[in-house]
Amino acid sequence: MMEPGTYFMEGNTACAEGAIAAGCTFFAGYPITPASEILERIAERFPEIHGSTLQMEDELGSIASVLGAAWAGRKAMTATSGPGFSLMMENYGLGLMTETPCVIVDVMRGGPSTGLPTMVAQGDVNQTRWGTHGDVGVVVYAPSSPQELFDYTIQAFNTAEKYRLPVVVLSDEMVSHMTEKVEVPLEDEIELVDRKKPEEPPEDHLPFRPDDDLVPPMANAGEGYSIHVTGLTHDERGHPSVDEETQNMLVPRLIDKIRKNVDDILEYEEYKTEDAEKVIVAYGSVYRTAVEAVDMAREKGYKVGLLRPKTIWPFPEERIYDLAREGIDDFIVAEINFGQVVYEVERTTGGAAQTHLVPRMGGNIHTPEEIVERIEAIDRGEVPPFKEGER
Amino acid sequence: MSIRRSRDWFSPDYQEQREEDGIGHGLHPLDNYLRKDRIPHIWCPGCGLGVILNSYLRALKNSEISPEETAMISGIGCTGRAAGYVDVDSFHVTHGRAIPFATGLKVGNRDLVTTVFSGDGDLFAIGGNHFIHAARRNVDFNVICVNNFNYGMTGGQAGPTTPKGAETSTTPWGGFEHPFNLPAVSAGAGAVYVARWTSYHTDKMIESLEEALDKEGFCFIEVLSPCPTGYGRKVGLGTGKETMKHFKENSKLQPEAAPSEVALDPKDPESDIIIGNFVNREAPTYQDTRGKVFEEARDKLGVE
Amino acid sequence: MRRELRFSGFGGQGVILMGHIFGKAAVLDGKDVTLTKSYGPEARGGACSTDIIISDQRVYYPQVRNPDVLVSMSQSALDTYENSLDEDSVLMIDTGLVESDRKGTVGLPATEIAEEELGVKMVANIVMLGYFTTETEMVSPESIKESIREQVPEGTEDKNIEAFCRGYEEGDESK
Repeated sequence: MMEPGTYFMEGNTACAEGAIAAGCTFFAGYPITPASEILERIAERFPEIHGSTLQMEDELGSIASVLGAAWAGRKAMTATSGPGFSLMMENYGLGLMTETPCVIVDVMRGGPSTGLPTMVAQGDVNQTRWGTHGDVGVVVYAPSSPQELFDYTIQAFNTAEKYRLPVVVLSDEMVSHMTEKVEVPLEDEIELVDRKKPEEPPEDHLPFRPDDDLVPPMANAGEGYSIHVTGLTHDERGHPSVDEETQNMLVPRLIDKIRKNVDDILEYEEYKTEDAEKVIVAYGSVYRTAVEAVDMAREKGYKVGLLRPKTIWPFPEERIYDLAREGIDDFIVAEINFGQVVYEVERTTGGAAQTHLVPRMGGNIHTPEEIVERIEAIDRGEVPPFKEGER
Repeated sequence: MSIRRSRDWFSPDYQEQREEDGIGHGLHPLDNYLRKDRIPHIWCPGCGLGVILNSYLRALKNSEISPEETAMISGIGCTGRAAGYVDVDSFHVTHGRAIPFATGLKVGNRDLVTTVFSGDGDLFAIGGNHFIHAARRNVDFNVICVNNFNYGMTGGQAGPTTPKGAETSTTPWGGFEHPFNLPAVSAGAGAVYVARWTSYHTDKMIESLEEALDKEGFCFIEVLSPCPTGYGRKVGLGTGKETMKHFKENSKLQPEAAPSEVALDPKDPESDIIIGNFVNREAPTYQDTRGKVFEEARDKLGVE
Repeated sequence: MRRELRFSGFGGQGVILMGHIFGKAAVLDGKDVTLTKSYGPEARGGACSTDIIISDQRVYYPQVRNPDVLVSMSQSALDTYENSLDEDSVLMIDTGLVESDRKGTVGLPATEIAEEELGVKMVANIVMLGYFTTETEMVSPESIKESIREQVPEGTEDKNIEAFCRGYEEGDESK
């Protein structure tokens, strides 16, 4: 990894350096704006760390080779943006189904389709949760600065290794192309997690039998365990078993290994929520605007706080449920899309508070004034809640 | 049964244990390479896949490559199921993605003797782009393509190798697309070893597979297979046995043939099937070239 | 105190590098600093810019709206960004390349100095940065010099330091 110290570093560079610090030695990617700098940095740096980097023919190939490398025992990563992330949905599912630890970075740009290649948006949030077919449990981090891109890329590898799944780092164009101070800590100050290995000999090993934490230990290829890995519904031996019973054993566990470990995985932060009557919910680059909006609104006399999910999935639903019952009147969700996380907030409050959306279509982030104006309008009773169709 | 399987591959105890467990009769010479608890396989009577998988495993055995250092990757389809039957590290991945998965696995651990075993539709329709790029990179693994001229598992639809004019479930009025000539595609994309056999030519196929297992670089072996259920009966090639007879009578061993000259028309009973290993050349592998460039980079940077 | 800055010019003048040198210097001085830039094919050739926010506290909202200082190294850049200025903004220009009748405009002929006095046109951006450093006193010249040595191409460090000092002298320290 790079020398510890204080750097002035672009977000995408910090992401690549975070991966290297996490022990990533395999990267496969395909150039795409605004994520290409990650592949470029990796290509520059991998000779030094004896890493393997592949520029693949497309994103289908990128994610497939990342899964292959993960089963060869590597810590592996790919990075892309919306159009490439759409292509990756197929093997995101294979990775979740086969419990393959790896990291996918998605730097969000304006969509749908080719959209706004060079400009910020947050339209992929629900794609990370629901984009691949079937029922899955996922972990998605939403960093808001180059420092967090460094830190959360490391964290993403740790979570991927610990819970055996592809973990998404959901950046956006603003965060990835921003240059800020990044502190690179001493190597021994960085906590790294490696996948659990089987303790029993190969003949007694069942590759998909989970421990109490619902995560099975993982034998890599070439270690003599003769593993079989399939995207078909499989039993604890890893053998295809295409029946209802096996499906009911396997799929709930894949979801529960996230759900039941939520206290360990979930991360969020709050700002001035102690006495708040209204709470802004914002993540990624918009979180930065929201902090200023809180201060600005408070200067005008409004009791406003902020809840910022750091993991978008799992979502801090219990905290929102509690806040709604502790007397928060309004949740104001500011996101660069036409409403994604807002549905989650609305669902979670269960009608105990009103939910509002401050949408943006992509191209730029919200201004603090824009959010404050909406708060004022809500306070005056001029804005109906989200579920009545407000945009 | 507490023990999943013995790992002492060649010991008599292993065979005994298997018999005690009631898994198989312990008589087949390739038992050590098969997950016998997964047998019987799903393939139809008359299908060539059993013969071809058998040939691959025999080549492994003859080459004295241990199952522990072997990895096999399959995509989706009838051939895709092969990975589920072999007792080596085996991966049954998504449709078309066996090659990039194998690329990651091999680059991730170059000690693994890696083979992609998949079908014509998986490798050349949905996975065609990955195929040509892996050949171009010359990643060091083998690709065995079982070509049965159709999508057998899903009901005999036309695919990228279906001959023009063939009536399939998606070309009920006769096919009108030009099929791939797979040796030409592979050779053109950069494969260092290119061969074609049929499921009838087991000895030559085994010999050729041994050669490929020994060779560094991207090796491609096409093996023609009967598909009596999905293809043979519809286009007039008949049962598996009749298709095998067709392979026997119409095949011509011409290793000197240029890959561009070996296009097939297995629907036409009179046409020749040119077989042989058409390409066997030396070229540095992906790992070697990248290793060299990275070594030079480290020299420039002054790092170990 | 939050300050918003915009360095602008045409592609090839090194305005992005200016931003990075300034930003790293600010980090060395213990400030919080956020740099963003116009990005993509549309940023090449015509007007290009880099935006910086510098503050003693954490910078949250990362966008520059009305820069406290706009540095323009080309006329087209000024034409593009002039409307972002407000009453209190300072405009700083390369007086050899850019014309402006805006009140309180400051500047120096950076490109001319670089070409004629220093013999390398390419260091005009660093001459301008030297001038900017004296005029604004936002970061220390020592940190800028350290940042220059770190970021300019190997072998050009001394020439760039010379360019910085030359620009620095031109600034008005009495302000």
